[in-house]
Amino acid sequence: MNRVVITGLGVFSAAGKSVPEFWETVREGRSVIGPLTIIDTSDLHIKIGAEIKDFHPKEHFPAKQLALLDRFSQLAVMASRQAIQDAGIVFEGEDAEQTACLIGSGVGGQQTLDESYYRIYAEGRKGVHPFTIPRLMLNAACSHVCMEHGIKGPSFAVASACSSSTHAIGLAFHMVRSGLVHTAVTGGTEACIALGTMKGWEAIRVMATDTCRPFSKGRTGMSLGEGAAVVVLETLERAKARGATIYGEICGFGMSSDAMDITLPDVNGAARAMTAALKDGRLNPDDIDYVNAHGTGTAANDVTETRALRIALGDAAAEKLAVSSSKSVFGHALGGAGALELVVTTLAIRDRVLPPTANFTEPDPQCDLDYVPNEARSGEIRAAISNSFAFGGLNAVLAVKRFDG
Amino acid sequence: MSSVESDVYDIIAEKSAVDRSKLKRDAKLTDLEIESLDVVEIIFAVEEKFDIHVPYNANDQELEFQTVGDVVDAVQKLIDEEGKPA
Repeated sequence: MNRVVITGLGVFSAAGKSVPEFWETVREGRSVIGPLTIIDTSDLHIKIGAEIKDFHPKEHFPAKQLALLDRFSQLAVMASRQAIQDAGIVFEGEDAEQTACLIGSGVGGQQTLDESYYRIYAEGRKGVHPFTIPRLMLNAACSHVCMEHGIKGPSFAVASACSSSTHAIGLAFHMVRSGLVHTAVTGGTEACIALGTMKGWEAIRVMATDTCRPFSKGRTGMSLGEGAAVVVLETLERAKARGATIYGEICGFGMSSDAMDITLPDVNGAARAMTAALKDGRLNPDDIDYVNAHGTGTAANDVTETRALRIALGDAAAEKLAVSSSKSVFGHALGGAGALELVVTTLAIRDRVLPPTANFTEPDPQCDLDYVPNEARSGEIRAAISNSFAFGGLNAVLAVKRFDG
Repeated sequence: MSSVESDVYDIIAEKSAVDRSKLKRDAKLTDLEIESLDVVEIIFAVEEKFDIHVPYNANDQELEFQTVGDVVDAVQKLIDEEGKPA
């Protein structure tokens, strides 16, 4: 079994279109949830979200390539370019075949889908664009990342709603650990701020009307965000041999299914996934100094997650560590969330910074742990876990350790 | 009972698999085994039927709708404010 390390990071998010910009925004607890401008919100009750600003795809993609890229694929390719350049890898020959590419997404090409339906049902047009299917398919982002960088090993999309990219990264971790491949380019993406999709989210009645305030008393729910993150994973041996910068080590991955409710989380399912991640990573509860929570800001999740942390880690350990939700800053990026949050977790460990939960107003008596309200704190993080608890009860947790050499 | 009240009872009975005869104003939604997703479906059916918007947020930690009567009253108020009876 190989040890697996992170050697490249890339993000394209509402909180920043580069890793330094993103990390600074998250560290400062500067929430980028605000009025949406990329769609017309006059027919929507929920008019806020976290959108990527000042992104002009034509500046980054030649016309022929752009014609094939739904926004969710564009974001993934932008993030992958950063990650691979950061890792300093060029994929050639056998190395390309020994590299996996797993990209998570919840719903894939929503903008393309929405536009196609509009053409048919609203405009009554006879046909849609020939690239409609290749653009909207869930695996499009993965395929385009492979095509862009010449990745030729095991590659596919992974889907589990809000846990998609955590599952993707976890599977990639398995592949590198087992030696199936020596490198993996992995992460997730979501760009589903389209009118139809927003209407769908409004209908479930869990969207915040003011902003996303995880763990706060009186929180009104979640805010959608768009974004992508990609990381490069390698065997420790290979990373050392080529003198790569090592950000941290992924040491464990835990998964579970609630088998309970299609939208409400289950405390036992969540606890089992965290316990599994710790066991897989050979970590004890008191080895964990930081938890990057799923923390959507809904009444249900934040209470359930708090209880699950107490069950999985025990009260003593749970009360000692810091927990924060990055969704307070960049919203809920659905299929991209897990990957973005792994980047936060990794940089938190590297920089010895506990990132804050933004928009925190008043403690909820039912959420009684240390959520690092509003201001980051410095702190040693020997190991951390990053949680994703999806609709449909599909849970995924990554365990990350500090790497000092 | 008014036609609005009767229509609301029809919707609740259909969406919650509860006997229509068991519905009274003071019947508690939790006693009727109406779960969170059922509530959301009932709100949607009510909105479609009466052409109103019900500003319901499932995160509200103080439940607005505890009884069947609460739902009927809220619907009547919204109709009076903005919509039209079906």
